[in-house]
Amino acid sequence: MGEVEVHALRQVNLRLDEGKFVVLLGPSGSGKSTLLNIIGGLDVPTSGDVIYRDTSLTHADEAALTSYRREHVGFVFQFYNLIPSLTAVENVALVTEISESPMDPSEALKLVNLGERQDHFPAQLSGGEQQRVAIARAIAKRPAVLLCDEPTGALDISTGVIVLEALERVNAELGTTTVVITHNAAIASMADRVIRLADGRVVSVEDRTDKVPPRDLSW
Amino acid sequence: MRITPLNRKLFRDLLAMKGQAIAIAMVVASGVAVYVMYMATFTSLQRTQQAYYQRQRFADVFASAKRAPLRVVNELAAIPDVSVVEPRVVSTVTLDLPAFEEPASARLVSIPVNRRPLVNDLYLRRGRWIEAGRPDEVIASEGFVLANNLNPGDRVPAVINGRLRHLTIVGVALSPEYVYTIRPGEMVPDDKRYGIFWMDEQALAAAFDMEGGFNDVAIGLAPGVAPDAVIDRVDRILEPYGGLGAIPRALQLSNWTVQNELNQMQTFGVLLPVIFMTVAAFILNVALTRALALQRPQIAALKALGYTNRAIGWHYLKWAFVIGLVGVVIGTAGGASLGSAIIDMYNSFFRFPTLLFGVPLHVVVESLALTFAAAGAGAFTAVRRAVAVPPAEAMRPEAPPRYRRSFLETPLIARQLGTAGRMVIRNIARHPLRAAASVFGIGFAVAILMIGFVFNGAIDRLIVTQFWEAERQDVTISYVEPHSSTAQYALARLPGVMAVEPQRSVAARIRSGYHDRYLAISGVSPTQRFRRIVDREGRAIRMPPAGVVLSLTLANVLEIKPGDMVTLEVLEGHRPVRTLEVTGIVDDIMGLSAYMDISALHEMMHEGNVANGALLLIDSAHEAELASTLKATPAVAGAAFKRAVLQSFRDVMASNMSLSILINLIFAGIIAFGVVYNAARVSLSERSRELASLRVLGFTRAEISLILMGELALLTLVALPVGGVFGWGLAASMVHTIDSEVYRFPIFVTRQAVAMSFLGIIVAACVSGLIVRRKLDQLDLVAVLKIRE
Repeated sequence: MGEVEVHALRQVNLRLDEGKFVVLLGPSGSGKSTLLNIIGGLDVPTSGDVIYRDTSLTHADEAALTSYRREHVGFVFQFYNLIPSLTAVENVALVTEISESPMDPSEALKLVNLGERQDHFPAQLSGGEQQRVAIARAIAKRPAVLLCDEPTGALDISTGVIVLEALERVNAELGTTTVVITHNAAIASMADRVIRLADGRVVSVEDRTDKVPPRDLSW
Repeated sequence: MRITPLNRKLFRDLLAMKGQAIAIAMVVASGVAVYVMYMATFTSLQRTQQAYYQRQRFADVFASAKRAPLRVVNELAAIPDVSVVEPRVVSTVTLDLPAFEEPASARLVSIPVNRRPLVNDLYLRRGRWIEAGRPDEVIASEGFVLANNLNPGDRVPAVINGRLRHLTIVGVALSPEYVYTIRPGEMVPDDKRYGIFWMDEQALAAAFDMEGGFNDVAIGLAPGVAPDAVIDRVDRILEPYGGLGAIPRALQLSNWTVQNELNQMQTFGVLLPVIFMTVAAFILNVALTRALALQRPQIAALKALGYTNRAIGWHYLKWAFVIGLVGVVIGTAGGASLGSAIIDMYNSFFRFPTLLFGVPLHVVVESLALTFAAAGAGAFTAVRRAVAVPPAEAMRPEAPPRYRRSFLETPLIARQLGTAGRMVIRNIARHPLRAAASVFGIGFAVAILMIGFVFNGAIDRLIVTQFWEAERQDVTISYVEPHSSTAQYALARLPGVMAVEPQRSVAARIRSGYHDRYLAISGVSPTQRFRRIVDREGRAIRMPPAGVVLSLTLANVLEIKPGDMVTLEVLEGHRPVRTLEVTGIVDDIMGLSAYMDISALHEMMHEGNVANGALLLIDSAHEAELASTLKATPAVAGAAFKRAVLQSFRDVMASNMSLSILINLIFAGIIAFGVVYNAARVSLSERSRELASLRVLGFTRAEISLILMGELALLTLVALPVGGVFGWGLAASMVHTIDSEVYRFPIFVTRQAVAMSFLGIIVAACVSGLIVRRKLDQLDLVAVLKIRE
C-alpha cells in the first residue's frame, strides 16, 4: 500500500501513511468534517490536489468517487446509520455483497465482539453495540482507509471505550489505515499521529510513540 | 384580510409537498370530474327530455292493431282516465334512395292536415306543415334529412303498397316519439337508411286501404295516472281488430332507450366517483401520516405555545381540505368539458330540439360535499394520531421503528432475496395497511382501465356471436304480408342469390302468471342453417320438436324455468291461444326471444308452408344488382344487408368506445400515477437517510434506486392481479346495469384486455417512479453523517 496524500482546506498539506491510526482533532468549525468529506470521496476540493495511492481524486466525477468509496473506504458515522430493517449481520452483508474480497460478515462481527448478537435488529441493540456493528460493516470489505466521524460522539464513556477498542483491534489486526475525527482530545492519546486543526488550517502534527490503550484513556 | 401565521404555515407546508399535493388533488379531480360528467349530463338530458315531452304532449300509452274502424276511437276515449286519443295509420315502406345500393326504409306516420296532433306533436325545425290536397307531401325526421343531405323541396321515391310514388319533403321535424330512431330489429341506429315521414292521414289511409280506420293509436292520460288499467281496457277493445298489445310509455322504444341511458348514467355517476374518492382518501391518509410525522417537533412547539389540540387538528385538516378544494376546481372544469363531449355524442343519437350541456349548481355542491367527506375521512386518523401525542413526548424523536423478519422469509426464500430484497420485504411488512392501500389504489386503476378494454372485447364477441354464429345469412328480407313458399322460389331466381331459407315468425303475447311480454315467436326448422339459436358462447342449441324455447332474459322476466308452462296469445291470423311447455332456455346475448319448431308453429297457425321473411346467401359480386332489384320489389318490406348493418354497428361502437376508452385511460393513468408517486415520495421521505448512508458506503444510484423502486414494483406487481379481479367485478356490475330486455352484454375478459390494462398501469407506475428517482440524485450525502433523524 502506498501513501495517502492530501492537500486540503487552506494550505493544508497532509499525508496519511499506511496502517497508521490517525486522530484529527479540532473544535467545531475547524474544518475537520470538510477534510473528512474530501478524504472520504464525498466532496472534491475547489483547488489543490487529492491523491489516493497513485490516483488523483481532484477531478474525479460522481461515478469515480462512488467506486473509490465502494472499493477503498470504510465509513463509521456518529449516529451509526444502520439500516433499521436489516439485522446486524445483514447490515454487514450489505457491504460485503458489493465488495471484491470481503470478510465473512460473521467474522467481521466477531472482530468487534458481537458474534453473539448478529441476528439482532438495530432497534434491539444498545448505542455502543450499534456503533460496533457499524465498524464491522465498515471493515468487512477490507478497506484501505477507515474513516470514523465522531464515532463515540453519541456514546457514554464506558461504551465509547469499547468502541475505540474495536477500532484499535481492527487497526492492529488488519492494518487498516484509520482516521478518527473528534473534538475529544482524550482520544488523541491512542493515536500514532495526531493532527490538530483550527480555522481550516493544520496547527500541529504530532507523531506519538507512547500509544495508550483505550481503557486507560480518561475524559 | 389578515392571514394568520398558522395559515401562512399551511400554504408554505403545502408548497413544500406540492408534488404529492398535486398528485392527490388530481385523483380527487378525477372523482369530481366523473361525478360532474355523469350527473351534469344526466340532469341536462333529463330536464331536456321532460320539458320536451311536456311541450310536445308525449303520449302515455301506445297500441297498434291490424285495422280498427274510427268509431272505436270513441270507445277508447271513454276509458276512465284517458284524456286524448289520436288514431293513426302507420306503415313501413321501402325508399329508393339513389345513393344506396341496398334499400332504405321509412316509417310513415299519419298526421292531421289542418291541426296539430293531440299527442306526440311534432317540433317543426324547418319548412312548413303539410297542406290539404297534396297527398305526396311529407315532413321528414331531422336525423334522416341531415344524414342524407336532404332539404325541403327534395323528392324521395318510395314504394307505397306496391306503387312507386315520389314524396316531397316540405318540412323537417322532430318528435318526442322518435328521440331515438332505430329500425325495428336492429341494434344500432342508422339515420341514413331509416327515417320517419309524417304524412297526411287521408293520403296514407287511401294508400293502405285504411279509409275510415286506423292501425295505430297514441293515448294521453290524465296527469299522474298509472297506465296499467287503461292498457288492459285498450287491449280488450282492440282485440277484435287484430290488436297487437298496448304498451306504456316506459316500454316505448325511444323513451325506453333514453331512460335506460339516464339510469346508467346515474349508476355510474355514483359508483365511479365513490371508487375514486376512496382511493383519494387512502393516499391522502398515507401522505398526511408521513407529513405529520415530520411535523412532530412543530406540533410539540405549537402545543408548548398554547395552541389547543382542536386548533392544531383543524390546521392539519385544512391541508386535506385545501387539496380537496383544488381537486374540485380542476375536476369540475374537467368534468364539464367531458360532459359536453358526451352531450355532443348524445346529440348524434338523440334528437331533441335543443340539448345543451350545463353544470347545475347542485352537482358542484354535491361534489364538494363528497370531496370534503373523502378528504376528512382520509385525514382524520392521521391528524388524530399526530395531535394526540403529549407535547413532552412530541419533543423527543419517535421511537425507532421495530422490524422483524417477515413470515415470508423462510431460509430458502431469504437466501434468494439478497439484502436489498429483504429491505423491501420488511418495509412492506412493517406498514401492511399502507401497502394494502397502495395495492388497492393501483388495483382500481387497473380495474378502471380494464373496463374499457373489456367492453371493447365484449362488443367484438357480440359481433361474432350475432353476425357470424347466430346469423349466417348475407341478407335478411321481410315481406309485407306472409307468403307461401312460392315467394322463396321467386327470391332464389334473383341475381346473385345462392340460397334461400324461409322465415316465419308471429307476433304474440307470452304470459306466465302476472308477467307478460309482447314479442315475435320465431319458427325454427331442424334443417335450418343460416339463423340458429346460439348461446352467449356461440354454441348452437338444438330445437326440441315440441314446446317453446325462451331466452334467459325472457325466462327471468316471466319467472319460469324449464318444464314450466307458458301461455301464448298469438296476435295474428285466427289469434290462437295455447299453453305450451318451456322445453329449453338459452343463455344468449339478445334480450327477449322465443322459438318454436317451425312445423309446430305452422300447425298452431293452421297454415301451410308460409313465410313472412327470408334469409339469403348471396354472391357479393352481384350485391348491387340484387339490392336495386329488391328496392323495386313491392312484396319486400325491408332488406337488411349484413355488410351494411355490420358497418354501421362498427362505426357507432367505434366512436363511442374510443371516447370512453380514452376517458378511462386518462383516469386510470391519473390514479396509478397518483398512488405510485405518493407511495414513492413517502417512502423516499422516510428512507432518504438510509439511502444516503448506502450511497456513502459506496452504493451506486442505480443500486439504491432499486431498493426504493423495488418496493413500488412489488406493490404494483401484486396490484395487477388484484386489479384484474376488481376489473372483472366492476365490469360485471356495470354490465348488470346495462343488461336489458333488448340485449345482454357478454363479459368477455380477453387476454388482450388484461395485457393492455396491465401495460397501461405499468407505464404509469414507471413514469411516476422515474420522476421520484430524480429526487434520489439530490440526496445530501454529507448531511446524513451529521444529522440524527
